[in-house]
Amino acid sequence: MDLANFLIQLLNSAQYGLLLFMLAAGLTLIFGIMGVVNLAHGSFYMLGAYLAYWLMGLSGSLTVAIIGGTLLMVLFGLLLEKYLFRYFYERDHLDQVLLTFGLIYIFEELRSILWGDDVHGVAVPALWEWSIQLTDNLSYPGYRLFMSGVCIVFALALYFLISKTKIGMKIRAGAFNRDMAESLGINIGRIHALVFAIGIALASIAGMVAAPVSSVYPNMGSQVLIMCFVVVVIGGIGSVRGALIAAMLVGLVDTFGKVLLPQVSGMLVYVLMALVLLWKPEGLLKQ
Amino acid sequence: MSQARSNLEVLPKSLQFIIAMGFLALALFPLTDQAFYSQMIARMMILAIFAMSLDLLQGVTGLVSLGHAAYFGFAGYVLAFITPDSGPISLWWSMPVAVFASALLALVIGFFVVRTHGIYFIMVTMAFSQMIFYLFFDNKILGGSDGIYINFKPDAHFFDLENKTVFYYFVFVCMLSSYFLLRRILWSPFGRTLSGIRINEHRMGAVGYNTFAYKLSAFTLAGACAGLAGFLWGAQSGYVNPELMGFHMSAHVIMMLILGGMGNFAGAILGAFSFELLLHFLKDLPTVGRFEMGKHWQLWMGLVIVLIVVFAPRGLLGWMQKKEKNP
Repeated sequence: MDLANFLIQLLNSAQYGLLLFMLAAGLTLIFGIMGVVNLAHGSFYMLGAYLAYWLMGLSGSLTVAIIGGTLLMVLFGLLLEKYLFRYFYERDHLDQVLLTFGLIYIFEELRSILWGDDVHGVAVPALWEWSIQLTDNLSYPGYRLFMSGVCIVFALALYFLISKTKIGMKIRAGAFNRDMAESLGINIGRIHALVFAIGIALASIAGMVAAPVSSVYPNMGSQVLIMCFVVVVIGGIGSVRGALIAAMLVGLVDTFGKVLLPQVSGMLVYVLMALVLLWKPEGLLKQ
Repeated sequence: MSQARSNLEVLPKSLQFIIAMGFLALALFPLTDQAFYSQMIARMMILAIFAMSLDLLQGVTGLVSLGHAAYFGFAGYVLAFITPDSGPISLWWSMPVAVFASALLALVIGFFVVRTHGIYFIMVTMAFSQMIFYLFFDNKILGGSDGIYINFKPDAHFFDLENKTVFYYFVFVCMLSSYFLLRRILWSPFGRTLSGIRINEHRMGAVGYNTFAYKLSAFTLAGACAGLAGFLWGAQSGYVNPELMGFHMSAHVIMMLILGGMGNFAGAILGAFSFELLLHFLKDLPTVGRFEMGKHWQLWMGLVIVLIVVFAPRGLLGWMQKKEKNP
């Protein structure tokens, strides 16, 4: 592997890792703060991608599609939280698993009814349709840089929100001790709704920016869900920083695994998870 | 986690009577000479064994595994690999080999997963079974996404499994033996310890039980039992594919337990039968106008699951018992 190739793989793994982080951050927050196992998180990614495909067909602009789609998904998330998830925060994990598994079926079928079962491509916006020529026959597409850029912006925004703002302080207080936070006058119900909406927004935006690269197809959510689980397990449940480290690690192992050890590449990430579990059963950064 | 609702370990006399009648009905069913339904019921009985195996983990020990299908499918694959192209293989050694292989897989994976708790356990069991799924899905040598055909049913020497009725009774005997064996285990000191772990693992540890070893044994035993079901499935259908180990299969078997009720194995059997009936019913729904309701069975199944979780989390047996207490 020469330097240019190595660089490209490194950029690819960073981009994949950042995308996984967008998904896993919401998942780990929802676990950590509300204690809910959300199997339907991958479906939000899938719905985001399909919304991008649909709104782009209507408006012709990815920016409009992302903004409109995110608003729709946040609204959808708030409704889901208010009428369904809220009642499951105190139920045991088995109920949550079943509820969210039922939701996966419902979302997949709604997708099938609304948009059919075909694979659809989504056009790369003209603004990002360039690439960096590294050598004579190797280049790196600009849109992938844009994807990484979007993910970095959201990661920084999330960091700022949680550690620097008053709302973030309330979120942390709620995660640390729900009853105490509530008795100090924090409206914990509203915090939960907010965290849920953030999780959904991040997952669906990840789906939207990934749509031009991955195209949109049925069941695209389940594969990404499993990877998110691995990231959350490695990082430690509830830890956003752990999720970032784990996502980058998984990105590296997966991307370089595919190049260096293609026969077993599918398994490498799980081997990584097994090793982390042996070393730290509760993840790298347990909250 | 799930101690509140896994109970009915002691089955009331009335329920015992109903279960005995159910077994009797199953024993007599082939006399009606309905080949199609016999095959369908044999399939349900195989799934009942699978559901009981998960019950040992989930209902008895309190470990919610979201990857139990891996051990089910794996045994089917083992049968596919060891059946030669030229003719059948002996039942009497292929069955133990397949069951042992699943048990071994469960032992190895269990070594990693059993040390985790709660949400972690759910996620890690799921992740590892997906690992197995992709291993078979991605590798052409292992059958790839298409799966493998098993051209010959195992040869039992004393009876002929190619005969549908004989196969039915063989599955029936397997299900009955699994049921009574697991009921026996439930009341053995080993089973009591597992129940203790479900109710309070820390206390069991403090009393001096090596909870890790007990949980790992339960995980392995459940894997072996799931392997028996997977072996029978492979033998019956003559075909294995990665879907058998998939996430949906794992979730379906959890659904069976929820439908029937956990912790007593009878609920698992009831749940497997009702789940399969429900699935058939939903897939056969008529087309209304331009809307093919049967094709979108997942939508209805999803709604049923959500409604059950919201309204009847104790399953059919729990519901029957409640009816009996306050008629």
